[in-house]
Amino acid sequence: MLKVVRLAVRNLTRYGRRTALTGALIVIGVVAVLLFVAVTGSFKTLMVGQITDSYLGSLQVHRRGYVASIDTLPLNLNMAPGMAAKVDEALKAMPEVQAASPRVKFAAMFSNFVETTSIRVNGVDPERETATEPLLAGRVRNAIKEGPLLEPGQILVPTLLAAGLKVKPGDTVVLVATNREGSVNGKTLVVRGTLESATGPGGRDGYIHMDDARELLRMTTPEVSEFAVRLGELSQVDAVIGRLEAAFADLRNPQGRPALEVHSWQQLSPFANIAKMIDLMTLFIKIVLVAIVLVSVMNVMVMAVYERVREIGTIAAIGTPPGRILALFLSEGLVLAVAATVVGVLISVAAVYALNRAGITYSFGQQSAIELVARLRVLDVATVAAMVVGIGVLATLQPAWKASRMDPIQALRHV
Amino acid sequence: MQVVQATQVEKTYQAGATAVHAVRAMDFTIEAGAFVAFVGPSGSGKTTLLNMIAGLDRPTGGRLDVLGVDVASLDRRRAAAFRGEHLGFIFQDFNLIPVLSAYENIEYPLLMVQEWPAAKRHEQVLKLLAAVGMADQANKRPDQLSGGQKQRVAVARALVANAKLVLADEPTANLDHDTAYNVLALMKKMRDELGTTFIFSTHDPKIMNEAERLFTLEDGRLAQTAGKALAHA
Repeated sequence: MLKVVRLAVRNLTRYGRRTALTGALIVIGVVAVLLFVAVTGSFKTLMVGQITDSYLGSLQVHRRGYVASIDTLPLNLNMAPGMAAKVDEALKAMPEVQAASPRVKFAAMFSNFVETTSIRVNGVDPERETATEPLLAGRVRNAIKEGPLLEPGQILVPTLLAAGLKVKPGDTVVLVATNREGSVNGKTLVVRGTLESATGPGGRDGYIHMDDARELLRMTTPEVSEFAVRLGELSQVDAVIGRLEAAFADLRNPQGRPALEVHSWQQLSPFANIAKMIDLMTLFIKIVLVAIVLVSVMNVMVMAVYERVREIGTIAAIGTPPGRILALFLSEGLVLAVAATVVGVLISVAAVYALNRAGITYSFGQQSAIELVARLRVLDVATVAAMVVGIGVLATLQPAWKASRMDPIQALRHV
Repeated sequence: MQVVQATQVEKTYQAGATAVHAVRAMDFTIEAGAFVAFVGPSGSGKTTLLNMIAGLDRPTGGRLDVLGVDVASLDRRRAAAFRGEHLGFIFQDFNLIPVLSAYENIEYPLLMVQEWPAAKRHEQVLKLLAAVGMADQANKRPDQLSGGQKQRVAVARALVANAKLVLADEPTANLDHDTAYNVLALMKKMRDELGTTFIFSTHDPKIMNEAERLFTLEDGRLAQTAGKALAHA
C-alpha cells in the first residue's frame, strides 16, 4: 500500500499548481468550519453555563401546571411539605445530582419608602442555592460584607431595579407581598448587594432568605415552589428526567395525573432555541465544506484521469491489476484530502490560539465584556477531519473507478 | 517450443452498420527465441494482431494460443495477470511514466505488478540498466532523456520481469534512423542474452530487414512470410 501512496504523492506533484489550489480550497474550508465551531461552540457553552449555573440549573421540578402559569408565580401551585420532602429525597438518591435547591418564588412590591415597583423574588437556602448555582455569587456586586450569599433580613436586588429606584447596598427597603389566602404583609430588608442581570427568565429576579420568604408569605408549613437541580453532566439531563418522572410516578393529582413535572433547562430557557440555531448553522457550514471538498477533489481527479488516459492504458497493458489502478487514484484523493486537512487543522489551532491571545470581548443581552474563549474540541477536529477525508475519497471514487475500468487499447490510442 | 500459435484467427469490428475485417483467417506459429516482425501498411492488421497476442483484444474467430494459453479464454483480470507475468511491451511513444526516473520506470513492473522483494528488485533493475547502457542515466526523468534513451528504458522495462515474450508496436517510428538501428540491435542483443521472443511491428522497409522472420500483412491477411526457420507460416 505504501508504494501506491508514494506513487500517488508523485502524481499529485505532477500538476503542482492545480494540486496546491485545490488543497488551499480545502484548507480554507477546514479552517472556516473549525473556527466557526470553536467560536460558536464556546459561545454556546458559555451561555449555557451562564444560564444553568447562575439561575436555572440543569433541570427543575414543579407541581403540574406551575410552569404553564409561571408568569403569575402562582402560590397555590406550590408543593406541599410532604411532596417537597419526597422530591428532595428522590433527588438526593440520584448519583447524577450534584446539588438541588428548593425555592419559594413570588411576586412582590419593592419600595424604597419613596417609590415602589414590582419585583420577582426567590426565597432560597443560601448554602444549597450556591451549591446548585455556582455562578450566582459571581453576579453579586458591591456586597456589604463577605460570607454566604445571603443572611436572614437581607435582599439581593437586581442591578437595573436598584439603579431605577436609586437603592444602594446597605439601604433598607420594604417588600410587600400577598399570600395565597390574599393577606398582604410587608417586611423590611437590608440590601446586601446588587445582582447583575443574566440572560433569560429569572435573570432579573431578587433573592431573599427562605425563612424571610416564608415569614413574608405567612407560610405555616415549608412549601416549595420549585427545585432547581444541578447535574454533574448536562448531557445526563434527559436520562435523569426520565428516572425522576419514574420516581415521582406514584405522586398523583386529584385527576389521577402525575402531580409533578420535570423540565430541562432547554424547556425553560429561550436560549435553547439560539443553541439549536447555532447547531443548525454549524450543520449548514459543514454541508458547504462537504460541497467544497466534493467538487474540488472530484474536479482535480477527473482532470487527472482525463490527462493520463495513455498512461493508464500503458500501466494496464503491462499488467497492473485493475484494483491497483483504482487504489492508485483513490490514494491520490486520499493524500490530497489528508494533507489539506492536516494543514487546515494546524492553521485552525494557531488561529484559535491567536484569537484567545487577542482577548476579544463581546456583549450578549444585558451582559457585556464577555471574553471570547474559542475552544477546539478533539471530537470536533476528528469529526471535520473524518468528514473531509471521507468525502475526498468518495469524490475520487468515480474517476478512479473509470480509470480502473478503462480499455487499454482505447486508452493507448488516446491523443 | 511454440510461443504463439494462431489457427484461423479472425478479428472483425463493427463500425456502425459496416463489418471491418481487421484480421482474416490467419495461421502461423512463432517459436521461442524468435525475432519476428509484422510488416505492412497502415490498416493491414499489425497492431490488431499484436493486441490479440497481448490479450488486450480478443479474436472473433479461430484460436490464438500464447505460451500455451488460449487468450480468448482470459477475462479482464486474468488477462492483466497473464501480461504482467509473461509479457513485456515496448510502445511507439515510449510511454514512460513522467514522474518516475529511468530507474523507477524500469522498477515499476516489479513493484506494482509482480511485487518482488526490495533487494532482488534493486539487483534486477541495476542489471537491466547496465544491459541497456543506461546505468549512468538511472536518476533522470523521461523529459531529461533523448528518444533513443527513452526507448532503451522502455526495453529494460519490458524485460525486467523476465518476460518470455516482448511485443513492440512500431518501436522505432519516433526515432531517427541510427537510433532506430541501435534500439533494434539492443532488442536483438537482449534476445540473444535472455532468450526472450521479440515480436515487433513496423512499416519501415529498412528496419524490417533486421527481423529474422517477416510476416507481411495486407488487408488483414497474411500475404507472405520470409526469413530464417524460427517462424513457420
